[in-house]
Amino acid sequence: MNAELLAALGEPSRFRIVELLRTGPRPVNDIRGRLGLKQPQVSQHLKVLKDVGLVDVEPRGQQRLYELRAQPLKQLHDWLDRYRRIWEERFEQLDELVEELKKKEKTDAASKSR
Amino acid sequence: MLQARAGETVRNDTAPEVTVKNTTTVERISDRELVVTRTVNGPARLVFDAWTRPELLERWWAPKSLGVSLFECEQDVRVGGTYRFAFGRDPKNPEVYSGRYSEVTPPTRLVFTQVYERMAAAGEAVITATFEDEQGKTRLTISQRFPSKEALDGAVASGMERGMRETLAQLDALVASSRE
Repeated sequence: MNAELLAALGEPSRFRIVELLRTGPRPVNDIRGRLGLKQPQVSQHLKVLKDVGLVDVEPRGQQRLYELRAQPLKQLHDWLDRYRRIWEERFEQLDELVEELKKKEKTDAASKSR
Repeated sequence: MLQARAGETVRNDTAPEVTVKNTTTVERISDRELVVTRTVNGPARLVFDAWTRPELLERWWAPKSLGVSLFECEQDVRVGGTYRFAFGRDPKNPEVYSGRYSEVTPPTRLVFTQVYERMAAAGEAVITATFEDEQGKTRLTISQRFPSKEALDGAVASGMERGMRETLAQLDALVASSRE
């Protein structure tokens, strides 16, 4: 499921559709117009996004509105966030070490000039 | 772009001595590249030392609060030199990163390959670390180019699975303890 999700997002036009839908639900014609794609392409991309659960379709009057579903994107965001936390933890330890190295340089310089 | 951020950096112009938490960002900039950025409050030459001298590197590299230790750390930081880090939670079954340096420019730039031995079949990632001096601080940028889109997707997917497994394990422990 997760690899499929990333494969779906890895295609540039689909990524742009997802970025566009982050601003709110839109009908297919609007998506097509804004991204300058042909109708069959847009339909195909939307089908892929729908199959992995990234978008939902909601009929509204004569139109069908496409909207983003938050959960799959949240999974991806959670992974990036976990990855960021690993680095953040390293950097906090690096901060402490660098502070110590700075102090050591200062005392070394002071003892040399004495 | 998809991005994860730490707490916002707070500006306080009237009291420059107040230490603000530097923000770590992670961005997936393409289908096979991740970029991590962070500012460190010290000159590039010290930050570069902390990265390249094993006795210093072993003091910060493993995220200890997450229960991870660095068991072995060997590195020969020169062009063509190799490195090997063994780390993890269980010394009997460590995770291993290894690779070779292709560019070493103290104190501004390192380029090296990286193989995650458990997923060696996925190939080598290329990591470029740059250290930019900004008035006594260092802007660190670590760019990781994965061998393929599939390799990065795989890393993300396995990370997600691991996260889910950890959550399930915690849930098991919680359920077990509530039964006692």
